[in-house]
Amino acid sequence: MFDYLTSLLGDLNIIAYFIVPVPALLFVSIFTLFAVLAERKISAYMQDRYGPNRTGKGILQTVADMAKLIQKEFISPSHADRWLFELAPFIVFASVFMGYAVIPFATVYVGTDLNLGLFYFFAITSLSVIGILIAGWASHNKYTLIGAMRSAAQIVSYEIPAVLSALTVVMFAGTLSMQSIVVAQSGGIHNWYVFGGPGDVSRILMIPFMAASCLIFFIATLAETNRTPFDIPEGESEIVAGFNLEYSGMKFAFFFFAEYSQMFAVAAVLSTLFLGGWQSPFGNLIPVLNTPLFQIFWFLLKGLLIVYVQMWLRWTLPRLRVDQLMTMCWKYLIPITLIIVLIVGFYLVIR
Amino acid sequence: MAELKTETITLNMGPQHPSTHGVLRLELVLDGEIVLEVKPVIGYLHRCFEKHAEAMTYPQVVPYVDRMDYLASMNNELGYAVAVERLCGVKVPEKVEYIRVIMAELNRIASHLVALGTYGLDAGAFTPFLYCFIDREKILEIFEITCGARLLYNYIWVGGLSHDITPNFKEKVLEFVKVFRPRIKELNDLLSFNKIFIERTANVGVLPPEVAINAGTSGPTLRGSGVNFDLRKNDPYSIYDRFDFKVIVGNGEMGTVGDSWDRYMVRVWEMEESCKIIEQAIEQMPAEGNVQEAVPKRIKPPVGEIYARTETPRGELGFYIISDGTNYPIRVKARGPAFCNLSALPLMSKGCMIADLVVILGSIDIVLGEIDR
Repeated sequence: MFDYLTSLLGDLNIIAYFIVPVPALLFVSIFTLFAVLAERKISAYMQDRYGPNRTGKGILQTVADMAKLIQKEFISPSHADRWLFELAPFIVFASVFMGYAVIPFATVYVGTDLNLGLFYFFAITSLSVIGILIAGWASHNKYTLIGAMRSAAQIVSYEIPAVLSALTVVMFAGTLSMQSIVVAQSGGIHNWYVFGGPGDVSRILMIPFMAASCLIFFIATLAETNRTPFDIPEGESEIVAGFNLEYSGMKFAFFFFAEYSQMFAVAAVLSTLFLGGWQSPFGNLIPVLNTPLFQIFWFLLKGLLIVYVQMWLRWTLPRLRVDQLMTMCWKYLIPITLIIVLIVGFYLVIR
Repeated sequence: MAELKTETITLNMGPQHPSTHGVLRLELVLDGEIVLEVKPVIGYLHRCFEKHAEAMTYPQVVPYVDRMDYLASMNNELGYAVAVERLCGVKVPEKVEYIRVIMAELNRIASHLVALGTYGLDAGAFTPFLYCFIDREKILEIFEITCGARLLYNYIWVGGLSHDITPNFKEKVLEFVKVFRPRIKELNDLLSFNKIFIERTANVGVLPPEVAINAGTSGPTLRGSGVNFDLRKNDPYSIYDRFDFKVIVGNGEMGTVGDSWDRYMVRVWEMEESCKIIEQAIEQMPAEGNVQEAVPKRIKPPVGEIYARTETPRGELGFYIISDGTNYPIRVKARGPAFCNLSALPLMSKGCMIADLVVILGSIDIVLGEIDR
């Protein structure tokens, strides 16, 4: 979309920088509002209770919460490093939101189809750890410091299995461009990379490895978004709220905003890599389902389903301990992904 | 290479902290995530129970007893009533004894449900907490119908009860037991045998039997270490010798004997045993009887002293009462189980991590109302 607009605007192409992010920003805001509500409703149904059902039958609950948070006073702890303390929530949110630049919503809307898209996504979203570290350090509180240290260790570690499992798809597709990865999976559900991608019959051999790769990607990104069972940086019962302990009002809301944006961002990347992104599962059987409007529908459906699974897990599982988290990453996920990468490599050479 | 200079952090956990179960303060000395030293600081909820009791007549102490271990008020009342009755030599009617046992066991289940639910919360699982509260709610409803109160009952009086049971009491209790049994299995599926939960609790906070005995622990904390000691069997009070039930002890099924998972699991299976006792008591309970017939008009025990102990959900609750022959006790000393169990915390948590400390603290199931009294 960026490229299209710049070609259209000619000398005025600076305007494109302001127009292109607008739909994504709108989407993220609306998604956060409803995802918070959905999370509360889903948890309520899982726990045999009603959930929010007063403010506009519950639908306006998050809007009311937002209005409340906006009105709140900005409180900074007296010993806090003022500048860094103010800056941290925005660094976290900005780094997550910048990831949306390369996510293909449809053939017609992708911020910019970088030929290094996937690489850019991992690089830019992992910057959020810097924001979290700043938040933990600048708050001048022992609990936030512990939370920030945990978070840094966790996000840096889980980046590796996430990238390695994404690498299997890149090896199949031969490109890092997100749009090209989606296009490569056209032709129906059997061509999605979770089922080994397009190719001859021998790809059946690859199904277990690619499915495992998909699962590992999901687990690793769950850890990167600090969701249960990997929410140890926030670990409410241990270190109270972790890195965001001293934040209130809109600054706290920005951490929240970042978390939910990242939830959808990683779900979108998962669906792009493994589940065909905006491709219809029916391929070319029903051509009308491949029009741009339906592409957005498929994309959102897949993304939201994954977000639902993330929420489902959160309300089911207990939390891992910090050393168990590291054990799982370094002793299990990374060796397994390395083996999968090796096997995929052999397959691609022999094929 | 030169030695890297490191320092320990002193972290103040509580009295306002989500997992110290009330207003306990823990002074931690940390080396990164590792806990080097734990020092519990208590007294934030001290309400001078023992001093107050000296200015009350014997029946007036009962509501204060409620407020000690507020999650198991019935069991506290039973302990106090047993002590004063032994001091006075009051014989309680059969029907009263049965109702007392049913109430005490129902309250034991309710108390264990809170313990297990909040334990899940400590480990990071939110949903089991609400599941447990759904069942606890049904028990509180039974209490509310019977005595009008949901938390602090003032129900078991010296020599009797404040109210007789309602006509549909038996059906209500049996219905609860019937609904509740499958719910224990549900809790086990959701939490107890969850892989992550076992990883978090097995081999964590191991309390060897001899240490447990030396620290004076009792109740599930002691039985979790494999020591078969339950006052309902070993020193029967009321009519507990008439019922057929097992004493659950920890067996180290998932790790070491005496780890946090064992202490948790002892509570789970004790709820099952309590259901058995309730069913037997309902079956044997005589239909006729006046619950207030043995309540003395004026309680004036003879000069003397008594130590009576009963098994509450947290362990051995003892009352030491000295009487000088008037209707005011000279001294009422309570031996609280949670207070003694808490003293085992520093022994269990040397060298664990912060997350483990929360799990260990949850597994000994403290109630600050009773520790501080």
